[in-house]
Amino acid sequence: MLSRVANSIYWLNRYIERAENVARFIDANYHMALDIPDGANEQWQPLINTTGDHELFKKLYGEATREKAIEFLVFDRNNPNSISSCVRAARENARSVREYISSEMWEQLNTFYLMINNAAKDVSMDLPHQFFVDIMNASHAFIGITDSTMNHGEGWHFGRLGRMLERADKTSRILDVKYFILLPSVDYIGSSYDNILWGALLRSASAFEMYRKRHGRIDPKKIVDFLVLDPHFPRAVHFCIVTAMISMNNITGSPRGTFANKAEQSLGRLLAEFNFASLEDIFSFGLHEYLDMTQTRINEVGAAIHNVFFSPQLVEEATENRTLE
Amino acid sequence: MRFDGYDTEGFYDEIFDAQGNPRPGADLLIERVNALPETELQRRQKAAERALLNLGITFNVYSNEAQTEKIFPFDIVPRILQAKEWDVLERGLKQRIQALNSFIDDVYHEQKILKEGIVPADLVLSADGFRKPCVGLNPPGGIWCHITGTDLVRDGDGKYYVLEDNLRCPSGVSYVLENRLLMKRTFPMVFDACSVQPVTDYPSRLLDMLQGLAAPGVRAPMVVVWTPGIYNSAYFEHSFLAQQMGVPLVEGGDLVVHRGEVMMRTTKGLERVDVIYRRIDDDFMDPKAFRADSMLGVPGLMKAYSKGKVALANAPGTGVADDKAVYAYVPEIIRYYLDEEPIINNVPTYACWREDDRKYVLENLDKLVVKAVNESGGYGMLVGPHSTAAEREEFTKRIQAKPRTYIAQPTLALSRVPVLVDDHFEGRHVDLRPYILYGKDSLYVLPGGLTRVALKKGSLVVNSSQGGGSKDTWVLNAEGGNSPESPMQQQKEGL
Repeated sequence: MLSRVANSIYWLNRYIERAENVARFIDANYHMALDIPDGANEQWQPLINTTGDHELFKKLYGEATREKAIEFLVFDRNNPNSISSCVRAARENARSVREYISSEMWEQLNTFYLMINNAAKDVSMDLPHQFFVDIMNASHAFIGITDSTMNHGEGWHFGRLGRMLERADKTSRILDVKYFILLPSVDYIGSSYDNILWGALLRSASAFEMYRKRHGRIDPKKIVDFLVLDPHFPRAVHFCIVTAMISMNNITGSPRGTFANKAEQSLGRLLAEFNFASLEDIFSFGLHEYLDMTQTRINEVGAAIHNVFFSPQLVEEATENRTLE
Repeated sequence: MRFDGYDTEGFYDEIFDAQGNPRPGADLLIERVNALPETELQRRQKAAERALLNLGITFNVYSNEAQTEKIFPFDIVPRILQAKEWDVLERGLKQRIQALNSFIDDVYHEQKILKEGIVPADLVLSADGFRKPCVGLNPPGGIWCHITGTDLVRDGDGKYYVLEDNLRCPSGVSYVLENRLLMKRTFPMVFDACSVQPVTDYPSRLLDMLQGLAAPGVRAPMVVVWTPGIYNSAYFEHSFLAQQMGVPLVEGGDLVVHRGEVMMRTTKGLERVDVIYRRIDDDFMDPKAFRADSMLGVPGLMKAYSKGKVALANAPGTGVADDKAVYAYVPEIIRYYLDEEPIINNVPTYACWREDDRKYVLENLDKLVVKAVNESGGYGMLVGPHSTAAEREEFTKRIQAKPRTYIAQPTLALSRVPVLVDDHFEGRHVDLRPYILYGKDSLYVLPGGLTRVALKKGSLVVNSSQGGGSKDTWVLNAEGGNSPESPMQQQKEGL
């Protein structure tokens, strides 16, 4: 397939996943803030830190309040990672590969875009919950439509690769930021206050119900175990990397456990790390350090994918061939 | 919802005659629409518009920063063409494209028609669309204009005239296909009863024609559609056609000339391209051959093309024959190459570079339509009867300064079709753009084509960039058989 097309499919999936995650972060935070009126304001700054855009926010808005945070994270076109910007970018990418993806995918994405655009015009939006649910549903619908209408060939695997890397990154970020804010409350384990806060973290990753089934009681270490290392929970970092690797192998045609290029090699190394990691190792290494390293390595995988598949160095190739002639 | 009270206001109406009676073939449609409950037609019109928006069937508007995408407005009442009428048009269009193709081939080779003085040589060689690098080129089968969208209009006398030959990259065919789809959803019963000639096989015919252009010996030719990109006003159409043909849609950056062949960059390395359906102007195709500042182009493409390594549709250089100045000579061109009389006439044209004509034009600006020869899309135009004194003065200056660049035509009383306006019907002016596919051994005219309608009351400008919309165009079958495309018919056959 065309490199440009692969690039667009990869990115449109990343953008959709990003928009979904931001919506979930906000929704979980919003509901938590309602439960704890005192600490409400302070909880918005960490949320913005999660997205990594705190410097831009400070420049544009200053102090973090609920209204400012929602405006910045949802509608602001000046924030390249706002939901509005992400959906717009996803649609632009989809538009450029409209002939490659299915009409159903395009129609879903276009309707999603029109929905966000209309919401941006409607300033009197006082019940955001349904709005965020709609965003998450639109993303889920897009994934489902993609799975059931598009060939599960190279293009589909590039899409899933993008989505899984994005999701792994986002789960590790929300955990990184929230864990250290919530940590002081470890002293109050078992209090209802504590359950609300840690519950909100799990909800930020749509993990609350699945965590309960797996581990039952709220326990910060088990939460880390669940969000980082669980092999079955679809938003756990480990799960995402396993799935990304399957798609990568499908794209290159390499057998499991081998690699054909730098991108596959760096993703394979990251997977091996997670396959053999334990909670004890992670905490002795330092949770923050571990998550930070994971994010850096996901970025490296992304850069390698770009170099290998999306912008191959043709100039070198051409000269090489000439010398062979 | 009824046609009662609909007034043709003295214009030629496509579905009612001068007495207000339905024209043959239109009675069934009118009967069914009249029978619809109040507000039902509006409901269906709204549903069709919503479908267009959700499907993202839009065009981009230049120089409009806030909103770059618009729906191409669609009116729900179809335009109906009789089989008898259509037969004449089809023959006339085939005749015209064959003559124009011979003309282009001649201009880039022996230039017999210029040497014999049938068409003034300086006029042709100074035309904006004349491309020096194309001299001596031999496109596959000697065919230059593979895809044409000729603009026809019907005057008050009921006769059709050719308004423009669009031989470069005519657009709009995707709207024909989408309009048909919407109409089949909206009016399945009427559609079934009316026996309409199909248009849905256009993408297959286009693909067949394009594959036929590949160099001999290429077994499974790689055909691609080349778009300038998502910001092009016709981007939707480019991607639609690529999708419907199942071929890659490429941008300039995807293509590279490598060891003399045109290749595209894929995730698995370079892959050869055999046929390019290019939707990009000559000027921007190859910075080495045409405009050096083109960022969209592929360096070395023209060299590969001239060596027969890749086929281009349309061939570069076809613009020389749709120059509005050359247009004035098309009847002579038809007589010269085919030794036949034109079946469809030109609109009478005054060429401002001829002294007598210029004098007449300047004296009658308030009655004429003046057009700049190298502008399209309704720009650079003066519609005399609707103009102000200041505009006429401006055009007088322009014509005197550059007579070569202006032609003038009488203002036609373009035929009208009813459109839905709020809760009633009003007549609006229309034109018709049929599409012609010209391959190595095939010549096909899509039955009907795009009916563009000037939605502004009284307006004669049908271009989408200036408030135009479109309608489905139904060419009826002669023998009154069934519509092969009809959903009802397919259902019956399925049972």
